[in-house]
Amino acid sequence: MTRYLIPLFVFAGLVALFLVGLQHDPSIVPSPLINKPLPTFTLPTVRPPGKEVKSSDLHGEVTLLNVFASWCVSCRYEHPVLMDMAKRKEVRIVGFDYKDTLADAKRWLEERGDPYAMVLFDENGKVGIDLGVYGVPETYILDRNGVIRYKYIGPITRKVLDETIRPIVKRLQGNES
Amino acid sequence: MFVELGHFALILALFVAIVMAVLPTVGAARGNLRWMAVARPAGRMLFALVALSFAALTWAFATNDFSLVYVANNSNSDLPLQYRITAVWGAHEGSMLLWMMVFSAWTLAVTIFSKQLPEAFVARVLGVMGMISTGFLLFILLTSNPFIRQFPVPANGADLNPLLQDPGMISHPPMLYMGYVGFSVAFGFAIAALLGGRLDVVWARWSRPWTIAAWSFLTIGITLGSYWSYYELGWGGWWFWDPVENASFMPWLVGTALIHSLSATEKRGVFKNWTVLLSICAFALSLLGTFLVRSGVLTSVHAFANDPARGVFILIFLGVVIGGSLMLYAWRAPGLAPSNRYDLVSRETFLLINSVLLTVAMTAVLLGTVYPLVVEALGMDKLSVGPPYFNAVFIPLMVPVALAVGIGALCRWRSDDWRRLWRQLRFAFIGSIVLGVALVAMLAHSDYFMTALGVSLAIWIVSGTVVAVRERLRHRGGLWRGLKSLPSGFLGMSLAHIGFAVTIVGVTITSQFSVEQHKRMGPGESTTFAGYTFHMDRLHDITGPNYTGTEAVVSVTDKDGDAVTTLRTQKRKYNVRDTTTTEAGIHAGVFRDLYASLGAPLGNGDWSIRLYYRPFVRWIWFGALFMMLGGIMAARDKRYRVRARETAAMEEGQTGQAARP
Repeated sequence: MTRYLIPLFVFAGLVALFLVGLQHDPSIVPSPLINKPLPTFTLPTVRPPGKEVKSSDLHGEVTLLNVFASWCVSCRYEHPVLMDMAKRKEVRIVGFDYKDTLADAKRWLEERGDPYAMVLFDENGKVGIDLGVYGVPETYILDRNGVIRYKYIGPITRKVLDETIRPIVKRLQGNES
Repeated sequence: MFVELGHFALILALFVAIVMAVLPTVGAARGNLRWMAVARPAGRMLFALVALSFAALTWAFATNDFSLVYVANNSNSDLPLQYRITAVWGAHEGSMLLWMMVFSAWTLAVTIFSKQLPEAFVARVLGVMGMISTGFLLFILLTSNPFIRQFPVPANGADLNPLLQDPGMISHPPMLYMGYVGFSVAFGFAIAALLGGRLDVVWARWSRPWTIAAWSFLTIGITLGSYWSYYELGWGGWWFWDPVENASFMPWLVGTALIHSLSATEKRGVFKNWTVLLSICAFALSLLGTFLVRSGVLTSVHAFANDPARGVFILIFLGVVIGGSLMLYAWRAPGLAPSNRYDLVSRETFLLINSVLLTVAMTAVLLGTVYPLVVEALGMDKLSVGPPYFNAVFIPLMVPVALAVGIGALCRWRSDDWRRLWRQLRFAFIGSIVLGVALVAMLAHSDYFMTALGVSLAIWIVSGTVVAVRERLRHRGGLWRGLKSLPSGFLGMSLAHIGFAVTIVGVTITSQFSVEQHKRMGPGESTTFAGYTFHMDRLHDITGPNYTGTEAVVSVTDKDGDAVTTLRTQKRKYNVRDTTTTEAGIHAGVFRDLYASLGAPLGNGDWSIRLYYRPFVRWIWFGALFMMLGGIMAARDKRYRVRARETAAMEEGQTGQAARP
C-alpha cells in the first residue's frame, strides 16, 4: 500500500513548498543601507561607452538606481515600465548592469530601448556586494545628496510604480525644491 | 447586450458543468442508467454555452467595445480586424476563456465519438471533465472575468502587445491549447478506469487515439511557437529554454512517454501503474502550463504577490485535481491485476527505457524552470538558469533515447534475442557511424564531435526504422501494396520516428554551423561571410495601420556574384504602446536560411544590423511536422475502433449480467 502512496507524498511536498513560498513576500527585506549614503565606488559604463563614473557623480538629483542584467527574466517584464518613466522624464534613472557581459548588455539596450541616463557596468558584481544587491532586479531611490532612501526588490510593475515608487520620488523632489 | 448574454452563458455553463460532474459520476457508481444518460447532453450543452460566451467576447473585440476592461487593455480601434479577433486570447483572461472553449470542444468530441464505449465508462469520463470544467469556470468567473465593464468608457484601447500582432499568433495558442486540453481526455479515461476499478488493456486501447491526437496538436503548437520566436523576436534563435517554452515542452515530453507506455499497456498489459501516473502527470503539467504561461508566475513569484487570489485558486485547484487523483490511485492501484512478464531483451524494455528517460528529461527541465522560483520564494537569492544548464542536462539524455528508438521499433514483444537484433541492425549501426562521421568531415573542419554524433544518431534512427518497415513488409507482396497493407499505427510511428531524426539533424547542424554578423551598415555598404555577400541597398521609412518604422533592403549575392534574394527587414514602432518590434527578412531554403534583422539607428544614416546564415534550420520544424503527421496517422488507426466495438459489446454483456441478480 505505502508504495502506491509515494506519488501523493511527492506531490504534497511540492505543494507545501509552494505554500511556504507564497507566505513569504520576497520584496520585504530590510536593507541596512537605508538612509545611509551610497557606498563609494568607481565603475566603467556601458552607456555612454568607455567612461568611468564615481558614486559622487550620482549626487545632485533624485535618482532611481536600477539594478538589472541581460540574463534576468524578470527584468524583461520591468523594462517597459522603466521605458514609460523615462519617456515622461519624471526622474533620472541610472542603470546598474550586474554580473553581465558588455556585449549582452548592449544588445539588451538595443533590443528593448534604453531608459537610462547612464548605465554602470559591474562586471563581477563586486560593487553589487557593497551596495547589498540581493537579487536582480532591484531598485534604489537616492535623494539629491546620494543617500539611499528606499530599496525595492523585484520587478517594478505599474502598480508598484504608482503606489510606492512615484510617491517617494515626488516627496523627495518636493523637499528639495 | 450580446456581451451580457455571453457573460450569462458562462455563468450558466458553470451550473451545467456542476450537473455534469455530479449526476453521471454518482449514476455510474450506483448503476443508475438515467443519471448516466445526463452526461452526453450536458457535455453538448456545455459546448454550446461556452461557444456563445466566446463568440460574445470576440464580438466585443470586433466592434471595439472598450467598455469592457479586458478589451480596452488589449485592443485598439486602429488594430486590423484579424488581430482584434486574435487579441481575444492576447492576455490572461481571454486565454482562460479560449482554454475553456477548447476544453468544451474536446468534451463535445467525447460525447460524439464514444458510442462504442460502455455507458458507465463514458459517464465517468464526462463526469471528470465536468469537474475540471467546474474548476475552470469558477476560476474565470471569480478571478479572471473578461466580461467586466468599466465606466467611464475610455475613448480608445491600450492596443495589443505588438509582438502578438503576427499571423503566427493566430494559430499558435489554439493549437497549444488543443494539445494541453487533449491530455485532459487521457486523464479523464485514466480516472474513469480507476473509479471503475478496471485499469486494463481495454482502457489503454480506448485511451490511445485520444492521447496521440492531443500529442499531435501539442507538437504542432510548440513548433509554431518555435517558428514564431524565430522570425518575430529577431534574434534568429528557435528555442530559448524560456520558462514559457518549457511550460509547453514538459507536457510534450511526458505525453511522448505516455503514448509509448500506453502502447505497451495495450499490447501486453504491462506498466499499468506507470501509464496511469503518466496520464495524471501529463495533465498536471498541462494545467501548470496553462496557468503559468499568461499569468507571469513563471517569470517571478511576484506575480503571485500582485494577484494573490489567482495564485491561491490555482494552487487549490491543482491540489484538489492532482492530489485527489493520486489519492484515488493509491486506493485503487493495489488491486490491479499483476503485469505480464517480459524478458530483459524485449520491446517492453526499450519502451520503458524511453519513457523513463523522457520523464527524467522532463524533471530536469522542470527543475531548471522552477528551481529559480523556489530559491526566490525561500528568500535566498534570485538566479536564472540559462541554456547552458538545459543543454548540459538535456542533450546527454536524448542520446540514449535516440539509440533506443532505432532498436525499439524492430524488437519483438515479450522476448527477443540480442543476436537476432544484431544481425538485423549491424549494417545500420556501423553504417550510420561511418556515414555520420564522413558527412560531417566533408562539411566541417574542426570541433565536429557533437555534429558527427547528432548526424550519426539521426541516420541510425532512420535506418533502424527502414529495417523495421522492411521486416514487416517481408511477406506482403510489392512495396506499395505492402505499405498500404501495414496498419496506419505502425506507419505513423515510423513517420514520427523519421521526423525525430530530421529534427535532430536540424538542431545539430544549426547549432554548430550557424554564422552571424552584427554590423554597422549604411546604404551602399556590404559584407561577405559564409559564401554570401550582403549589400545594403537602401533604407526608407514605412507606415502601417498602427505603426511607423524603417525598412532596410538588403540584396544578397552568392560567390559568383549571382543574385540570390533581396531581404527586407523592418523596425516598427507601434504608436499606442510605444514599443518597437523587429520584422526579420528571411530567405528560406531547404538547406539554409538567410536572415537579416534591423537593429537600431547609429547616426549618419547608419544602422546596426544582424545577419545570419542558418544551415538546416528548417529541418527542425519539418521534423516536428513529420512527428505531427505521424501522430495523426496513428490516431486514425482502424484497429482501435474495430476492436473497441467488440470489447464494448463484451462489456455490455458483463454489466448486464452483473446488474441482474
